[in-house]
This record gives sequence, C-alpha cells and structure tokens, in this order.
Amino acid sequence: MSNISNTHESAGRNLTARALREGFFAALVALGLFVLFVGLETTQNIRNELVLNQRWGLLAVFVIVAAVGRFLSVAYIRPWMAARKAAATSKAPAEAEESFFKRNFSKIAIAALLVYPPLMVMLFGVQGSLKWVDNFGIQILIYVMLAWGLNIVVGLAGLLDLGYVAFYAVGAYSYALLSQQFGLSFWVLLPLSGILAAFWGIILGFPVLRLKGDYLAIVTLAFGEIIRLVLINWTEVTRGTFGVSGIPKASVFGIWSFDVGAANYFPKVFGLAMSSAYYKIFLFYLILALALLTAYVTIRLRRMPIGRAWEALREDEIACRSLGINTVTTKLTAFATGAMFGGFAGSFFAVRQGFVSPESFVFLESAIILAIVVLGGMGSLVGIAIAAVVMIGGTELLREMQFLKQIFGPEFTPELYRMLIFGLAMVIVMVWKPRGFVGSREPTAFLKERKAVSGTFTTEGHG
Amino acid sequence: MTPGTNTMTNDPILKVEHLSMRFGGLMAINDFSFEAQRGDITALIGPNGAGKTTVFNCVTGFYKPTMGMITMRQKEGKSFLLERMADFEITRDAKVARTFQNIRLFSGLTVLENLLVAQHNMLMKASGYTFLGLLGFPAYKKASGESVEIAKYWLEKAHLIERADDPAGDLPYGAQRRLEIARAMCTGPEFLCLDEPAAGLNPRESLALNELLRSIRKDSGTSILLIEHDMSVVMEISDHVVVLEYGQKISDGTPDYVKNDPKVIAAYLGVEDDEVEEVIEEIEEIEETQGGKH
Repeated sequence: MSNISNTHESAGRNLTARALREGFFAALVALGLFVLFVGLETTQNIRNELVLNQRWGLLAVFVIVAAVGRFLSVAYIRPWMAARKAAATSKAPAEAEESFFKRNFSKIAIAALLVYPPLMVMLFGVQGSLKWVDNFGIQILIYVMLAWGLNIVVGLAGLLDLGYVAFYAVGAYSYALLSQQFGLSFWVLLPLSGILAAFWGIILGFPVLRLKGDYLAIVTLAFGEIIRLVLINWTEVTRGTFGVSGIPKASVFGIWSFDVGAANYFPKVFGLAMSSAYYKIFLFYLILALALLTAYVTIRLRRMPIGRAWEALREDEIACRSLGINTVTTKLTAFATGAMFGGFAGSFFAVRQGFVSPESFVFLESAIILAIVVLGGMGSLVGIAIAAVVMIGGTELLREMQFLKQIFGPEFTPELYRMLIFGLAMVIVMVWKPRGFVGSREPTAFLKERKAVSGTFTTEGHG
Repeated sequence: MTPGTNTMTNDPILKVEHLSMRFGGLMAINDFSFEAQRGDITALIGPNGAGKTTVFNCVTGFYKPTMGMITMRQKEGKSFLLERMADFEITRDAKVARTFQNIRLFSGLTVLENLLVAQHNMLMKASGYTFLGLLGFPAYKKASGESVEIAKYWLEKAHLIERADDPAGDLPYGAQRRLEIARAMCTGPEFLCLDEPAAGLNPRESLALNELLRSIRKDSGTSILLIEHDMSVVMEISDHVVVLEYGQKISDGTPDYVKNDPKVIAAYLGVEDDEVEEVIEEIEEIEETQGGKH
C-alpha cells in the first residue's frame, strides 16, 4: 500500500533520471557528429598554407545545446504535450464560432495589399519604400501568381509538373524579344505571351500526357531544361547567357509613361519628385491585379464542368473515362491554363527586371514554386498564398537579419543559409501538417451546407 | 433465338458476336456471342476467372477485343460499333455507362459533386466549352441548375439525399455502391453495365439494390447488364441469364432455364461429365420437396 503513495514521486524522479540520461546520450551523439565538422576548421592563410583552427568553444556550445535541449524535451515539454493532448481529448470539441478575421480572411488580405504601398511610402518615405514594395511585395506576389498557376496543374488536375518554369521563361522571352524587335507595348504583349505559353503547354502536353506519375514528372523536368538550353544556345535570337537587356518599361495603359525622358513621364505629370519608386508601386498593383485575376479565374473554373473534371481526374482517371470525360483534352486544358498564367507572370517578370537571362529559369525555380504549392496545401488558394509569403518573404527577411552577424561572426551571411532554412521549414511543415497549411478542400457545389472536405479523403493524383 | 428466352420482341440493345480476347497465351474469352434485349435486365454469371469482367471491359471500351463485333443500338435506331470506340466515347456517344467491381468514386469530392462530374459532357456544351460559362452567360446557369435537379433525383432514388454534402469517401460501403450506380445513371445512359453491384452488401442492402435496379429499368427505360455472384439478386431480378465458363458461353436463357441446366450445375459444383446425370436427378428431387412445402 505504501508503494502507491510513492508512485507519483518516484515517477517524477524516474523521469528526471531518464531525462538526464537521454540528455547525456544526446550530448555524446552531438559530440561525435560535430567534433570534426565544428571542432576543427581548416583555412588557408595568406601564404596558401593550410591552417588547422581549433574551435572547442563553439563545439561546446553545440554539445550543450543538444544536451539541454534533449533534457528539457524529455523532462518538461513531452509531459506537458501529453497532458495537453489528454486535456484536449477529454474536453468535448466545442463548436468554435469562426472568428470574424478567419471568415473574411481573403477580403482583409486584399484590402491590406491595396493599402500596402501607400503605407510603406508613409512609413519609410518614397525612396525607402522601394525595398518593401519591390523586394517584398512584388517578389512575393510573383511567386503567389506562379504558384496559383501551377496549382491548376498540380493541385487541381493532379499532374506533377517539374518544368513549370519553362512557361515562365516563354512568357518572359516573348515579352523581351517581341517588345524589342517589334516595339509592341506591354498591354499587347501581356495576353500574347500568355497565349504563347499556353501554346507551348499544349505542344508539351500532346506527347507527354499519356505518361503518368513519376514518368510525367521526369519528362516535364526535361522540357524545362530543354527550354533553358535553347535559350542559352540560340544566341542569334536570345543572345545566350548574356540575356536580353534594355527591355522597355510598361506604361499605365499608354497614358502615362515611366521613361524619364518622355513628355508624359508619370511623376512629371503629377508634379512629384523623380523616383523609380512610383514605377515599382505601379508594378506592385499590376502584379496584384494579375495574381487576383489568376485566383478569380481559378475559383470560377472550379465551379465549371472543366474544373470539376480536373479534380475528378486527380481523384480517379479511370472513373473519369467511364463517365465519358475525354481525359486527354481535360489534361491539356489544365496544362494550357496553368502555362498561360505562367506566361503572364513571365512577361511581368521581364517588365519588372528590364533584363532576362536563362539564369532566372533554372530548375530551382520550378522546385520552389512546386514547394509553395505543396506547402500551402494542394488546391487551396489561401494556403498557397500563405506559403508563398512564408517561403519567399522569409528568405528575403533573412537579408534583413544583420543581428545574426553579431552571434555567428562578421563573415556570416544569413542569405547563404536560405536554402538550408527553406529545407528545414519544409520538413517541419510537412511533419506538422502533411497536407499543407490548408489541407481541406472547399466543395464546388452543395445542397444544404458547404462542408469542407477533410484532406484524408482527397488524393494527390497519380497522373 | 436462344432456348428459354421469354421476351416476345426481338429488339437487342447490345449484340456481342464472336467476341474473343487474348492476353498473351491466355484466351480469356473465346468466340463468345450473346444478345441483351432492350428493357431487360441481363445477368452475366460464371465461376471466378470465367472472363465476365473481361467481357465487360470489352463492351465498355477499356479493353480492345482481339476479335469480334459489339453492336449497340440506341432507341432512335442509331448503331455504334463499340469495339472501334474509345472508352469515354462509348459513354458519351453510345450511351453505355458502367460501374466497377472495386468501387471507383471520387472520394475527395462530395456526393453531389460526384453526380455533377457525371454530367460533364452536357454541362460542357451548355457552358460553351467553358468560355461562355466563364463570362456568365445564362445558358450555363440554367444548365447547372438542371444538373443539380438531376443529381437530386438520383440521390433520392439511391437514398443518399441526406449525405449529399459529405465526401464520397466518407460513406459506408453499401451507400458507395449505390452512389456509383447513381453516378453512372447521371450520364444519361441507355445501357447500364454493373460489375458485381451486390458484392459485399448485407441482405438488406442487397434488397435495396434490387429495388433500385428495378426502378431504374421501370422509370428510365434503361437496359441493364450485370455481373453478379449473389444468386438471390440474379434470380430475383434478371430476365435473362448468360453463363460463362473458361471464356465460353455454356448456357443462355431465362433464370429458371439456366438454373436447371446441367452444364451450369456442373460448372458451379464442379462434377465429372459422367456424373452430370446424377446431379440433375438430385436437383429434381430437391425441387420436388421444395414444391411440396409451398
């Protein structure tokens, strides 16, 4: 009987002992792992001699972090998590009324984006806003648009496309070359580059869409590389690796121009100080409009028979065929529609940079766009937008974190660790939310009430 | 005319002639011919591995037969040679719908969406191949309302109206079977092919299935071809039974005729040829005693 009264106390002591033991082992593992990586460093001195530096202090920090981390995790965090889980399951799942913010998230987000540039100008001045509008706003919105475009192919139709950047490149070069060769304006070339990209989507689609899953992914990957290699090697037209520079700027529907010398130069007309910030603000609204167009079309298409057929195709292709759906044309339309938005984004990219080169269209870009789609939750526009903000905004933010230099030394350049953190974040999100930020899917039609479909029922598609 | 067929009019909706299907060295179907009459429920039965599903896949275009001719004649007299058409064309143009032995629903789509996907071709035309619908033309809105009405009609028939907004993958097994049939009916078929619709159903569910199939035939005038192992379903509702063994037809006629065909009994019970006579006698005895009870 006396044992029972003691169990609680002894359990606590056992836990601490176990935590200490596991902390010790973690320290050993960390020591073994890092002794050569961190403890010793070889550098070349000025006479080109290899010098062995010993960094025992840093090694100690690594080992201590591992030991303490393990100890805390075993002794406190895990029991706390278990207790919380137990409490959550014992409590009846209260029907939480969705907050006002959650219900109107997209409207609030759009409103916030609309006031974002003036707000930045107010906070940081005209010149100071440049970084926030261009590096953050435009950069993120380009990726949001690209990811929304790819979402049609991957998220809705379930076709794994690893070469999406090819359509982005087609759009960018369409604008760059046609505007230089024929002097056509942005507003003519924007739809044209979308159409050209869609055309290339169909060209790629015809031979490729009989393939499925991994095979399709490999061939689309190859297509992306082919486009890039053509851009590099077809020097008479594309000027190869030098790229196309001096791409004309866009104008506000031809009414106001952003060329400094022009009579209708925008700041001059409105009596403002000369600054490139106005052009960037204009571009911000332009890409915002393009991204919203993508979202609007996607939402509308999902409620059309073609959009439903895409999603059905993702769920079960054979069943689709048994219902009289021509799967080849359905896949082709998905490919072409996705490619078209890629083309729009590409021509915008060319206008924004004023310079395009094959280096902007490497496989890594495709991978990042695909990662955003997967992280956001395939098919969910809001989730994808959040993922783009986290991924692109996060990596841009790393450039701002100069205080890290004080911790890791003056040679530390945080942006070089971008990919590392990117990968780490992906692993964490995939463990925490395997279906992405928004794993559920909104039904496109309903009789009584619109209930979100849990991610456990949807499939990722195999084609 | 095949022996024991009781249909008065000879108006076949589906005519299968000399169908053969070879997979490498295996002759899955060998010179198989049969007719399904308009308005009938025709059952295709046979032991496991007899080639029933292969016949189905040939009829619905999922396999290209090695030899033979499959003719579908619609109500208005239009004829289609199914062996020459792609699978989706068979559903779209020839109006032959099918279900699968292992249920193939769009599990991540809601029950209602499943039925709307089935009306794809009608809605595509109404939406001007998406372009007019995207611009908000009223024709699409009207068609989309109609398609929901059609879906509702079939949901009510299949007793699924309460679950219309739930994901299809969330339904119990029997309801998934009914939903697959309802989905096939939403394509507006004249000929419905069901691959083991009663597999895995409990007796109550299989009764409900019988009722659903009968009402499909009565209200929509759709002819039905079904593969089935559940003899209570086959004998209860079918007008005409075709028996397949090792890819060859061994019997063809009314349920009663087939039930007493010694070849069928031999195929199912697996007796030697010289024992067939004995088996027939035994069965006759059993039937006599049963008749006495009634």
